[in-house]
Amino acid sequence: MKSIEEIQHEIVEEFENLGDWVERYNYLLELAKNLPPMDEKYRKKENLIEGCQSQVWLAAEFKDGKLYFQADSDALITKGIVALLLKVFSGQHPNDILDAQLWFIDKIGLSAHLSPTRSNGLVSMIKQIRMYALAYKTKYNL
Amino acid sequence: MLDINQLRNDFPILHHTLYKRPVVYLDNAATTQKPKVVIDTTSEYYAKYNSNIHRGVHFLSEKMTEAYESARQTVKQFINATYNHEIIFTSGTTESVNLLAFSFGEAFIREGDEIVVSEMEHHSNIVPWQMLCQRKDAKLKVLPITYTGELNLTALPTIINERTKLIAITHVSNSMGTINPIKEIIDFAHQRNIPVFIDGAQGIQHQIVNVQELDCDFYAFSGHKIYGPTGIGVLYGKEKWLEQIPPYKGGGDMIKTVTFEKTIYNELPFKFEAGTTNFIGAVGLAAALKYLNEKGRKEILLYETELYQYALQKIQTIEGIRIIGTSDNKTSIISFLLDNIHPFDTGMMLDKMDIAVRTGNHCTQPLMKFFGIDGTVRASLAFYNTYEEIDYLVDSLKKVKDLFS
Repeated sequence: MKSIEEIQHEIVEEFENLGDWVERYNYLLELAKNLPPMDEKYRKKENLIEGCQSQVWLAAEFKDGKLYFQADSDALITKGIVALLLKVFSGQHPNDILDAQLWFIDKIGLSAHLSPTRSNGLVSMIKQIRMYALAYKTKYNL
Repeated sequence: MLDINQLRNDFPILHHTLYKRPVVYLDNAATTQKPKVVIDTTSEYYAKYNSNIHRGVHFLSEKMTEAYESARQTVKQFINATYNHEIIFTSGTTESVNLLAFSFGEAFIREGDEIVVSEMEHHSNIVPWQMLCQRKDAKLKVLPITYTGELNLTALPTIINERTKLIAITHVSNSMGTINPIKEIIDFAHQRNIPVFIDGAQGIQHQIVNVQELDCDFYAFSGHKIYGPTGIGVLYGKEKWLEQIPPYKGGGDMIKTVTFEKTIYNELPFKFEAGTTNFIGAVGLAAALKYLNEKGRKEILLYETELYQYALQKIQTIEGIRIIGTSDNKTSIISFLLDNIHPFDTGMMLDKMDIAVRTGNHCTQPLMKFFGIDGTVRASLAFYNTYEEIDYLVDSLKKVKDLFS
Protein backbone atom coordinates (compact mmCIF):
# COMPACT_ATOMS: atom_id res chain seq x y z
CA MET A 1 0.00 0.00 0.00
CA LYS A 2 1.32 3.39 -0.99
CA SER A 3 1.54 6.09 1.60
CA ILE A 4 -0.84 9.03 1.74
CA GLU A 5 2.00 11.29 0.59
CA GLU A 6 2.80 9.07 -2.42
CA ILE A 7 -0.81 8.89 -3.49
CA GLN A 8 -1.19 12.66 -3.31
CA HIS A 9 1.89 13.07 -5.51
CA GLU A 10 0.42 10.61 -8.02
CA ILE A 11 -2.88 12.46 -8.20
CA VAL A 12 -1.16 15.79 -8.72
CA GLU A 13 0.90 14.30 -11.53
CA GLU A 14 -2.17 12.92 -13.24
CA PHE A 15 -3.86 16.31 -13.07
CA GLU A 16 -0.78 18.07 -14.39
CA ASN A 17 -1.11 16.01 -17.54
CA LEU A 18 -4.63 17.32 -18.07
CA GLY A 19 -5.25 20.54 -19.93
CA ASP A 20 -8.01 23.03 -19.26
CA TRP A 21 -10.84 22.84 -16.79
CA VAL A 22 -12.98 20.85 -19.22
CA GLU A 23 -10.44 18.02 -19.19
CA ARG A 24 -10.05 18.21 -15.44
CA TYR A 25 -13.77 18.04 -14.83
CA ASN A 26 -14.13 15.29 -17.41
CA TYR A 27 -11.55 13.35 -15.46
CA LEU A 28 -13.48 13.95 -12.23
CA LEU A 29 -16.65 12.74 -13.92
CA GLU A 30 -14.82 9.59 -15.05
CA LEU A 31 -13.65 8.98 -11.50
CA ALA A 32 -17.21 9.47 -10.29
CA LYS A 33 -18.61 7.01 -12.79
CA ASN A 34 -15.96 4.42 -11.92
CA LEU A 35 -16.34 4.70 -8.17
CA PRO A 36 -17.56 1.29 -6.93
CA PRO A 37 -21.13 1.57 -5.68
CA MET A 38 -21.66 1.62 -1.97
CA ASP A 39 -22.90 -1.54 -0.26
CA GLU A 40 -26.65 -1.22 0.16
CA LYS A 41 -26.30 -1.89 3.90
CA TYR A 42 -24.29 1.33 4.26
CA ARG A 43 -26.69 3.51 2.37
CA LYS A 44 -28.58 4.67 5.41
CA LYS A 45 -29.35 7.86 7.17
CA GLU A 46 -26.63 7.50 9.78
CA ASN A 47 -24.00 7.57 7.05
CA LEU A 48 -25.39 10.63 5.31
CA ILE A 49 -23.47 13.87 5.51
CA GLU A 50 -25.87 16.58 4.53
CA GLY A 51 -24.66 19.59 2.65
CA CYS A 52 -26.90 22.40 1.55
CA GLN A 53 -25.96 21.81 -2.10
CA SER A 54 -25.05 18.16 -2.39
CA GLN A 55 -25.03 15.15 -0.11
CA VAL A 56 -22.30 12.66 0.70
CA TRP A 57 -22.60 9.19 2.19
CA LEU A 58 -19.60 7.77 4.01
CA ALA A 59 -19.08 4.40 5.71
CA ALA A 60 -15.96 2.86 7.27
CA GLU A 61 -14.75 -0.67 7.92
CA PHE A 62 -11.79 -1.60 10.08
CA LYS A 63 -9.87 -4.65 8.81
CA ASP A 64 -6.39 -5.87 9.77
CA GLY A 65 -5.42 -2.60 11.32
CA LYS A 66 -6.49 -0.50 8.33
CA LEU A 67 -9.52 1.69 7.67
CA TYR A 68 -11.48 1.11 4.47
CA PHE A 69 -14.00 3.63 3.28
CA GLN A 70 -16.98 3.52 0.96
CA ALA A 71 -18.61 6.72 -0.15
CA ASP A 72 -21.05 8.22 -2.61
CA SER A 73 -22.60 11.54 -3.54
CA ASP A 74 -25.69 12.65 -5.41
CA ALA A 75 -23.70 15.25 -7.39
CA LEU A 76 -21.15 13.91 -9.84
CA ILE A 77 -18.43 16.52 -9.35
CA THR A 78 -18.63 16.04 -5.61
CA LYS A 79 -18.54 12.28 -6.22
CA GLY A 80 -15.39 12.69 -8.32
CA ILE A 81 -13.65 14.49 -5.48
CA VAL A 82 -15.01 11.88 -3.09
CA ALA A 83 -13.30 9.24 -5.26
CA LEU A 84 -10.01 11.13 -4.97
CA LEU A 85 -10.35 11.34 -1.20
CA LEU A 86 -11.00 7.60 -1.00
CA LYS A 87 -7.91 6.95 -3.11
CA VAL A 88 -5.91 8.88 -0.55
CA PHE A 89 -7.45 7.64 2.68
CA SER A 90 -8.97 4.21 2.10
CA GLY A 91 -6.74 1.34 3.24
CA GLN A 92 -4.57 3.50 5.46
CA HIS A 93 -3.68 3.08 9.12
CA PRO A 94 -5.75 5.31 11.45
CA ASN A 95 -2.59 6.98 12.78
CA ASP A 96 -1.47 7.85 9.26
CA ILE A 97 -4.87 9.33 8.50
CA LEU A 98 -4.70 11.45 11.63
CA ASP A 99 -1.15 12.61 10.86
CA ALA A 100 -1.74 13.31 7.17
CA GLN A 101 -1.47 16.74 5.65
CA LEU A 102 -4.02 17.04 2.88
CA TRP A 103 -2.49 19.23 0.22
CA PHE A 104 -3.29 17.74 -3.16
CA ILE A 105 -6.68 19.43 -3.51
CA ASP A 106 -5.00 22.83 -3.44
CA LYS A 107 -2.39 21.73 -5.96
CA ILE A 108 -4.90 20.53 -8.53
CA GLY A 109 -6.95 23.69 -8.29
CA LEU A 110 -10.06 22.25 -6.69
CA SER A 111 -9.72 23.90 -3.33
CA ALA A 112 -12.80 26.01 -3.93
CA HIS A 113 -14.78 22.80 -3.55
CA LEU A 114 -13.36 22.34 -0.09
CA SER A 115 -13.85 25.80 1.30
CA PRO A 116 -16.11 25.64 4.35
CA THR A 117 -18.60 27.95 2.67
CA ARG A 118 -19.24 25.51 -0.18
CA SER A 119 -21.76 23.44 1.59
CA ASN A 120 -21.34 20.33 -0.52
CA GLY A 121 -20.52 17.96 2.32
CA LEU A 122 -16.85 17.49 1.39
CA VAL A 123 -15.40 19.35 4.35
CA SER A 124 -17.63 17.36 6.68
CA MET A 125 -16.57 14.18 4.89
CA ILE A 126 -12.89 14.79 5.61
CA LYS A 127 -13.74 15.60 9.19
CA GLN A 128 -15.75 12.39 9.40
CA ILE A 129 -12.85 10.34 7.95
CA ARG A 130 -10.60 11.71 10.67
CA MET A 131 -13.25 11.03 13.30
CA TYR A 132 -13.39 7.38 12.22
CA ALA A 133 -9.58 7.20 12.42
CA LEU A 134 -9.64 8.71 15.90
CA ALA A 135 -12.43 6.39 17.03
CA TYR A 136 -10.58 3.25 15.93
CA LYS A 137 -7.28 4.50 17.28
CA THR A 138 -8.92 4.98 20.66
CA LYS A 139 -10.90 1.75 20.54
CA TYR A 140 -7.91 -0.46 19.73
CA ASN A 141 -5.35 1.64 21.56
CA LEU A 142 -3.26 2.02 18.36
CA MET B 1 -36.53 52.71 -25.34
CA LEU B 2 -33.77 51.79 -22.87
CA ASP B 3 -30.21 51.56 -24.08
CA ILE B 4 -29.13 48.51 -22.11
CA ASN B 5 -25.47 48.74 -23.05
CA GLN B 6 -25.48 52.29 -21.80
CA LEU B 7 -27.12 51.19 -18.56
CA ARG B 8 -24.61 48.39 -18.15
CA ASN B 9 -21.89 51.01 -17.96
CA ASP B 10 -23.47 52.17 -14.72
CA PHE B 11 -22.62 48.82 -13.11
CA PRO B 12 -18.86 48.44 -12.61
CA ILE B 13 -18.94 44.76 -11.60
CA LEU B 14 -20.45 43.70 -14.93
CA HIS B 15 -17.19 44.62 -16.62
CA HIS B 16 -14.87 42.55 -14.44
CA THR B 17 -13.43 39.44 -16.02
CA LEU B 18 -13.76 36.32 -13.87
CA TYR B 19 -12.09 33.31 -15.54
CA LYS B 20 -12.22 34.25 -19.19
CA ARG B 21 -14.91 36.82 -19.73
CA PRO B 22 -16.94 39.34 -17.75
CA VAL B 23 -19.49 37.71 -15.51
CA VAL B 24 -22.86 36.76 -16.87
CA TYR B 25 -24.68 37.56 -13.68
CA LEU B 26 -27.91 35.59 -13.43
CA ASP B 27 -28.21 35.43 -9.66
CA ASN B 28 -30.19 38.62 -9.25
CA ALA B 29 -32.82 37.05 -7.02
CA ALA B 30 -30.07 36.44 -4.47
CA THR B 31 -28.70 39.93 -4.72
CA THR B 32 -28.53 42.57 -7.42
CA GLN B 33 -25.46 44.50 -8.54
CA LYS B 34 -25.07 48.15 -7.63
CA PRO B 35 -25.01 51.08 -10.01
CA LYS B 36 -22.14 53.48 -9.61
CA VAL B 37 -24.43 56.13 -8.16
CA VAL B 38 -25.21 53.86 -5.20
CA ILE B 39 -21.55 53.04 -4.63
CA ASP B 40 -20.57 56.70 -4.97
CA THR B 41 -23.35 58.03 -2.77
CA THR B 42 -22.47 55.54 -0.05
CA SER B 43 -18.81 56.39 -0.15
CA GLU B 44 -19.49 60.11 -0.39
CA TYR B 45 -21.60 60.01 2.74
CA TYR B 46 -18.90 58.12 4.60
CA ALA B 47 -16.32 60.58 3.36
CA LYS B 48 -18.22 63.81 3.96
CA TYR B 49 -21.26 63.45 6.19
CA ASN B 50 -20.85 60.45 8.46
CA SER B 51 -22.34 61.27 11.82
CA ASN B 52 -24.93 59.63 14.04
CA ILE B 53 -28.51 60.66 13.34
CA HIS B 54 -31.23 62.16 15.55
CA ARG B 55 -28.73 62.95 18.28
CA GLY B 56 -26.24 65.65 17.51
CA VAL B 57 -26.71 69.38 17.47
CA HIS B 58 -23.76 69.74 15.15
CA PHE B 59 -23.66 70.33 11.44
CA LEU B 60 -22.78 66.80 10.34
CA SER B 61 -25.42 65.15 12.47
CA GLU B 62 -28.08 67.53 11.15
CA LYS B 63 -26.97 66.86 7.61
CA MET B 64 -26.96 63.08 8.06
CA THR B 65 -30.34 63.12 9.80
CA GLU B 66 -31.77 65.12 6.95
CA ALA B 67 -30.42 62.66 4.40
CA TYR B 68 -31.78 59.70 6.38
CA GLU B 69 -35.25 61.18 6.71
CA SER B 70 -35.20 62.18 3.09
CA ALA B 71 -34.38 58.54 2.24
CA ARG B 72 -37.49 57.56 4.17
CA GLN B 73 -39.46 59.98 2.04
CA THR B 74 -38.00 58.48 -1.13
CA VAL B 75 -39.07 55.00 -0.04
CA LYS B 76 -42.50 56.29 0.93
CA GLN B 77 -42.98 57.77 -2.53
CA PHE B 78 -41.56 54.70 -4.26
CA ILE B 79 -44.24 52.45 -2.80
CA ASN B 80 -46.81 55.22 -2.39
CA ALA B 81 -47.30 54.89 1.35
CA THR B 82 -49.55 57.43 3.02
CA TYR B 83 -47.04 58.71 5.57
CA ASN B 84 -43.27 58.78 5.97
CA HIS B 85 -43.63 57.20 9.40
CA GLU B 86 -45.15 54.11 7.87
CA ILE B 87 -41.67 53.28 6.56
CA ILE B 88 -39.53 51.42 9.10
CA PHE B 89 -35.91 50.88 8.20
CA THR B 90 -34.67 47.38 9.04
CA SER B 91 -31.63 45.37 8.03
CA GLY B 92 -33.57 43.53 5.33
CA THR B 93 -36.68 41.49 4.61
CA THR B 94 -35.74 38.84 7.16
CA GLU B 95 -35.56 41.38 9.95
CA SER B 96 -38.78 42.97 8.75
CA VAL B 97 -40.61 39.65 9.04
CA ASN B 98 -39.08 38.96 12.43
CA LEU B 99 -40.02 42.41 13.67
CA LEU B 100 -43.58 41.97 12.52
CA ALA B 101 -43.90 38.41 13.82
CA PHE B 102 -42.72 39.54 17.23
CA SER B 103 -44.58 42.83 17.52
CA PHE B 104 -47.81 41.79 15.84
CA GLY B 105 -47.66 38.57 17.79
CA GLU B 106 -47.31 40.36 21.11
CA ALA B 107 -50.30 42.54 20.40
CA PHE B 108 -52.69 40.23 18.62
CA ILE B 109 -51.83 36.53 18.79
CA ARG B 110 -53.34 34.44 21.56
CA GLU B 111 -53.43 30.71 22.21
CA GLY B 112 -55.34 28.88 19.49
CA ASP B 113 -55.11 31.72 16.96
CA GLU B 114 -54.04 30.94 13.42
CA ILE B 115 -51.60 32.44 10.93
CA VAL B 116 -51.66 31.53 7.26
CA VAL B 117 -48.57 31.20 5.04
CA SER B 118 -48.27 29.45 1.69
CA GLU B 119 -46.41 26.37 0.55
CA MET B 120 -44.12 28.45 -1.69
CA GLU B 121 -42.77 30.75 1.02
CA HIS B 122 -39.09 31.43 1.60
CA HIS B 123 -37.95 30.09 4.98
CA SER B 124 -37.83 33.75 6.11
CA ASN B 125 -41.58 33.93 5.78
CA ILE B 126 -42.14 30.62 7.53
CA VAL B 127 -39.75 30.32 10.45
CA PRO B 128 -40.52 33.64 12.24
CA TRP B 129 -44.24 32.76 12.17
CA GLN B 130 -43.48 29.26 13.35
CA MET B 131 -41.48 30.69 16.24
CA LEU B 132 -44.37 33.00 17.07
CA CYS B 133 -46.82 30.08 16.99
CA GLN B 134 -44.62 28.12 19.35
CA ARG B 135 -44.36 31.05 21.70
CA LYS B 136 -48.09 31.68 21.76
CA ASP B 137 -49.44 28.19 21.25
CA ALA B 138 -50.93 29.37 18.00
CA LYS B 139 -51.29 27.42 14.76
CA LEU B 140 -49.55 27.85 11.42
CA LYS B 141 -51.84 27.01 8.49
CA VAL B 142 -50.50 26.43 4.99
CA LEU B 143 -52.17 27.51 1.77
CA PRO B 144 -51.30 24.78 -0.77
CA ILE B 145 -50.02 25.32 -4.29
CA THR B 146 -50.80 23.68 -7.60
CA TYR B 147 -48.47 21.73 -9.88
CA THR B 148 -47.93 24.78 -12.03
CA GLY B 149 -46.51 26.51 -8.96
CA GLU B 150 -49.44 28.83 -8.29
CA LEU B 151 -51.31 29.42 -5.06
CA ASN B 152 -54.37 27.24 -4.84
CA LEU B 153 -56.82 30.04 -4.13
CA THR B 154 -59.84 27.76 -4.13
CA ALA B 155 -58.43 26.32 -0.90
CA LEU B 156 -58.25 29.73 0.76
CA PRO B 157 -61.82 29.74 2.18
CA THR B 158 -61.21 26.36 3.79
CA ILE B 159 -57.87 27.45 5.29
CA ILE B 160 -59.08 30.54 7.04
CA ASN B 161 -61.62 30.77 9.81
CA GLU B 162 -62.60 33.07 12.66
CA ARG B 163 -59.29 32.30 14.43
CA THR B 164 -57.18 33.50 11.48
CA LYS B 165 -55.29 36.59 12.61
CA LEU B 166 -52.93 37.23 9.71
CA ILE B 167 -52.09 36.04 6.20
CA ALA B 168 -48.40 36.21 5.23
CA ILE B 169 -47.78 35.64 1.53
CA THR B 170 -44.95 36.31 -0.86
CA HIS B 171 -45.51 38.74 -3.71
CA VAL B 172 -43.26 36.79 -6.10
CA SER B 173 -41.92 33.29 -5.48
CA ASN B 174 -38.15 33.38 -5.09
CA SER B 175 -37.85 29.81 -6.38
CA MET B 176 -40.17 29.94 -9.38
CA GLY B 177 -40.92 33.56 -10.18
CA THR B 178 -44.69 33.11 -9.85
CA ILE B 179 -46.44 36.45 -9.35
CA ASN B 180 -49.13 35.86 -6.78
CA PRO B 181 -52.56 37.52 -7.07
CA ILE B 182 -51.97 39.46 -3.88
CA LYS B 183 -54.68 42.04 -4.55
CA GLU B 184 -57.26 39.29 -4.73
CA ILE B 185 -55.99 37.74 -1.50
CA ILE B 186 -55.93 41.08 0.28
CA ASP B 187 -59.50 41.90 -0.77
CA PHE B 188 -60.68 38.46 0.27
CA ALA B 189 -58.92 38.74 3.63
CA HIS B 190 -60.18 42.25 4.32
CA GLN B 191 -63.78 41.19 3.79
CA ARG B 192 -63.12 39.00 6.82
CA ASN B 193 -61.11 41.63 8.70
CA ILE B 194 -57.88 39.69 8.39
CA PRO B 195 -54.73 41.78 7.82
CA VAL B 196 -52.22 40.72 5.16
CA PHE B 197 -48.44 40.85 5.15
CA ILE B 198 -46.71 40.75 1.77
CA ASP B 199 -43.12 39.52 1.50
CA GLY B 200 -41.90 41.75 -1.29
CA ALA B 201 -38.28 40.58 -1.40
CA GLN B 202 -38.74 39.42 -5.00
CA GLY B 203 -41.67 41.66 -5.85
CA ILE B 204 -40.46 45.21 -5.37
CA GLN B 205 -37.83 45.08 -8.14
CA HIS B 206 -40.06 43.49 -10.78
CA GLN B 207 -43.46 45.07 -10.13
CA ILE B 208 -44.78 48.54 -9.56
CA VAL B 209 -45.80 48.42 -5.93
CA ASN B 210 -48.46 50.81 -4.72
CA VAL B 211 -49.29 49.88 -1.16
CA GLN B 212 -52.33 52.14 -0.98
CA GLU B 213 -53.85 50.65 -4.07
CA LEU B 214 -52.99 47.12 -2.96
CA ASP B 215 -54.33 48.04 0.45
CA CYS B 216 -51.88 45.57 2.02
CA ASP B 217 -51.39 46.02 5.75
CA PHE B 218 -47.66 45.31 5.68
CA TYR B 219 -45.07 45.02 2.92
CA ALA B 220 -41.38 44.17 3.35
CA PHE B 221 -38.36 44.26 1.07
CA SER B 222 -34.56 44.32 1.05
CA GLY B 223 -32.38 47.10 -0.31
CA HIS B 224 -29.77 44.81 -1.79
CA LYS B 225 -32.29 43.08 -4.04
CA ILE B 226 -33.28 46.37 -5.62
CA TYR B 227 -29.79 47.61 -6.52
CA GLY B 228 -29.20 49.19 -3.11
CA PRO B 229 -26.66 48.34 -0.41
CA THR B 230 -26.77 45.28 1.81
CA GLY B 231 -27.91 45.57 5.40
CA ILE B 232 -30.80 47.91 4.75
CA GLY B 233 -34.41 46.94 4.27
CA VAL B 234 -37.91 48.19 4.81
CA LEU B 235 -41.03 47.25 6.64
CA TYR B 236 -44.03 49.21 5.50
CA GLY B 237 -47.01 49.07 7.80
CA LYS B 238 -50.28 50.95 7.85
CA GLU B 239 -50.19 53.58 10.54
CA LYS B 240 -53.16 52.09 12.35
CA TRP B 241 -51.30 48.79 12.79
CA LEU B 242 -47.91 50.23 13.64
CA GLU B 243 -49.56 52.36 16.33
CA GLN B 244 -51.05 49.28 17.91
CA ILE B 245 -48.04 47.00 18.03
CA PRO B 246 -45.19 47.24 20.56
CA PRO B 247 -41.52 47.71 19.68
CA TYR B 248 -39.41 44.68 18.91
CA LYS B 249 -36.04 45.89 20.10
CA GLY B 250 -35.28 48.16 23.01
CA GLY B 251 -32.47 50.67 23.01
CA GLY B 252 -31.51 54.19 22.18
CA ASP B 253 -33.59 56.44 19.91
CA MET B 254 -36.74 54.34 20.29
CA ILE B 255 -37.69 55.95 23.58
CA LYS B 256 -39.15 59.23 24.76
CA THR B 257 -38.31 58.97 28.44
CA VAL B 258 -36.60 56.29 30.43
CA THR B 259 -36.70 55.78 34.17
CA PHE B 260 -35.98 52.50 35.89
CA GLU B 261 -39.68 52.21 36.62
CA LYS B 262 -41.08 52.88 33.19
CA THR B 263 -40.09 53.74 29.66
CA ILE B 264 -42.26 55.76 27.31
CA TYR B 265 -41.66 54.73 23.72
CA ASN B 266 -40.91 57.18 21.00
CA GLU B 267 -43.45 57.83 18.25
CA LEU B 268 -43.50 56.21 14.81
CA PRO B 269 -41.29 55.29 13.07
CA PHE B 270 -38.56 55.66 15.70
CA LYS B 271 -40.30 53.28 18.08
CA PHE B 272 -39.11 50.47 15.80
CA GLU B 273 -35.62 51.73 15.08
CA ALA B 274 -33.67 51.07 18.26
CA GLY B 275 -29.96 51.77 18.35
CA THR B 276 -27.88 53.16 15.53
CA THR B 277 -29.53 52.24 12.28
CA ASN B 278 -27.80 51.68 8.96
CA PHE B 279 -28.32 55.34 8.04
CA ILE B 280 -25.81 55.40 5.22
CA GLY B 281 -27.38 52.21 3.87
CA ALA B 282 -30.72 54.03 3.84
CA VAL B 283 -29.22 56.87 1.83
CA GLY B 284 -27.70 54.32 -0.57
CA LEU B 285 -31.09 52.65 -0.94
CA ALA B 286 -32.68 55.99 -1.76
CA ALA B 287 -30.00 56.52 -4.41
CA ALA B 288 -30.92 53.17 -5.96
CA LEU B 289 -34.64 53.97 -6.00
CA LYS B 290 -34.00 57.39 -7.52
CA TYR B 291 -31.82 55.74 -10.16
CA LEU B 292 -34.70 53.43 -11.11
CA ASN B 293 -37.15 56.33 -11.21
CA GLU B 294 -34.80 58.28 -13.40
CA LYS B 295 -34.29 55.44 -15.89
CA GLY B 296 -38.02 54.81 -15.95
CA ARG B 297 -39.65 52.07 -13.92
CA LYS B 298 -42.12 51.20 -16.65
CA GLU B 299 -39.46 51.01 -19.36
CA ILE B 300 -37.31 48.81 -17.14
CA LEU B 301 -40.17 46.44 -16.39
CA LEU B 302 -41.11 46.27 -20.03
CA TYR B 303 -37.58 45.31 -21.02
CA GLU B 304 -37.37 42.77 -18.18
CA THR B 305 -40.59 41.14 -19.31
CA GLU B 306 -39.44 40.87 -22.92
CA LEU B 307 -36.06 39.51 -21.88
CA TYR B 308 -37.71 37.02 -19.55
CA GLN B 309 -40.07 35.79 -22.27
CA TYR B 310 -37.12 35.38 -24.63
CA ALA B 311 -35.09 33.49 -21.99
CA LEU B 312 -37.96 31.19 -21.11
CA GLN B 313 -38.65 30.33 -24.72
CA LYS B 314 -34.96 29.86 -25.53
CA ILE B 315 -34.20 27.66 -22.51
CA GLN B 316 -37.15 25.45 -23.36
CA THR B 317 -35.53 24.60 -26.68
CA ILE B 318 -32.90 22.61 -24.80
CA GLU B 319 -33.82 18.97 -24.88
CA GLY B 320 -34.25 17.42 -21.44
CA ILE B 321 -34.92 20.67 -19.62
CA ARG B 322 -37.60 20.66 -16.95
CA ILE B 323 -38.90 24.01 -15.77
CA ILE B 324 -40.08 24.09 -12.15
CA GLY B 325 -43.03 26.44 -11.85
CA THR B 326 -44.93 26.77 -15.10
CA SER B 327 -47.46 29.44 -14.31
CA ASP B 328 -48.18 31.92 -17.11
CA ASN B 329 -47.89 34.69 -14.59
CA LYS B 330 -44.20 34.78 -13.78
CA THR B 331 -41.36 37.24 -13.72
CA SER B 332 -37.60 37.20 -14.14
CA ILE B 333 -36.89 33.87 -12.45
CA ILE B 334 -36.40 30.57 -14.27
CA SER B 335 -35.89 27.48 -12.14
CA PHE B 336 -34.99 24.30 -13.96
CA LEU B 337 -33.40 20.90 -13.99
CA LEU B 338 -31.22 19.74 -16.85
CA ASP B 339 -31.72 16.03 -17.69
CA ASN B 340 -30.82 14.16 -14.53
CA ILE B 341 -27.76 16.29 -13.88
CA HIS B 342 -27.52 17.41 -10.28
CA PRO B 343 -28.14 21.17 -9.94
CA PHE B 344 -24.86 21.54 -8.08
CA ASP B 345 -23.00 20.00 -11.04
CA THR B 346 -24.76 22.27 -13.50
CA GLY B 347 -24.01 25.31 -11.35
CA MET B 348 -20.33 24.39 -10.99
CA MET B 349 -19.93 23.98 -14.72
CA LEU B 350 -21.72 27.23 -15.50
CA ASP B 351 -19.43 28.94 -13.01
CA LYS B 352 -16.44 27.72 -14.99
CA MET B 353 -18.00 29.42 -18.00
CA ASP B 354 -18.34 32.70 -16.05
CA ILE B 355 -22.07 32.36 -15.46
CA ALA B 356 -23.40 33.01 -11.97
CA VAL B 357 -26.60 31.14 -11.11
CA ARG B 358 -27.96 29.84 -7.86
CA THR B 359 -28.41 26.14 -7.19
CA GLY B 360 -30.05 24.26 -4.35
CA ASN B 361 -33.35 24.54 -2.56
CA HIS B 362 -33.39 28.37 -2.48
CA CYS B 363 -34.45 28.36 1.16
CA THR B 364 -37.79 26.85 0.14
CA GLN B 365 -37.52 23.27 1.35
CA PRO B 366 -41.30 22.73 1.65
CA LEU B 367 -41.68 23.78 -1.99
CA MET B 368 -38.93 21.40 -3.12
CA LYS B 369 -40.65 18.64 -1.18
CA PHE B 370 -43.90 19.43 -2.99
CA PHE B 371 -42.18 18.90 -6.35
CA GLY B 372 -40.27 15.87 -5.05
CA ILE B 373 -36.85 17.33 -5.84
CA ASP B 374 -33.82 18.35 -3.82
CA GLY B 375 -33.16 21.55 -5.64
CA THR B 376 -33.06 23.39 -8.94
CA VAL B 377 -30.79 25.61 -10.97
CA ARG B 378 -32.16 29.13 -10.83
CA ALA B 379 -31.36 31.81 -13.37
CA SER B 380 -32.74 35.15 -12.26
CA LEU B 381 -32.66 38.22 -14.45
CA ALA B 382 -32.23 41.92 -13.98
CA PHE B 383 -32.65 44.74 -16.48
CA TYR B 384 -28.89 44.86 -17.13
CA ASN B 385 -28.93 41.35 -18.56
CA THR B 386 -28.90 41.08 -22.33
CA TYR B 387 -30.22 38.86 -25.09
CA GLU B 388 -26.62 37.85 -25.84
CA GLU B 389 -26.18 36.69 -22.27
CA ILE B 390 -29.28 34.52 -22.56
CA ASP B 391 -27.90 32.99 -25.76
CA TYR B 392 -24.59 32.36 -24.00
CA LEU B 393 -26.42 30.71 -21.08
CA VAL B 394 -28.31 28.42 -23.42
CA ASP B 395 -25.15 27.48 -25.35
CA SER B 396 -23.36 26.83 -22.07
CA LEU B 397 -26.17 24.64 -20.80
CA LYS B 398 -25.88 22.59 -23.97
CA LYS B 399 -22.16 22.21 -23.26
CA VAL B 400 -22.89 21.05 -19.73
CA LYS B 401 -25.29 18.50 -21.18
CA ASP B 402 -22.58 17.20 -23.51
CA LEU B 403 -20.06 16.97 -20.69
CA PHE B 404 -22.40 14.86 -18.61
CA SER B 405 -23.80 12.67 -21.34
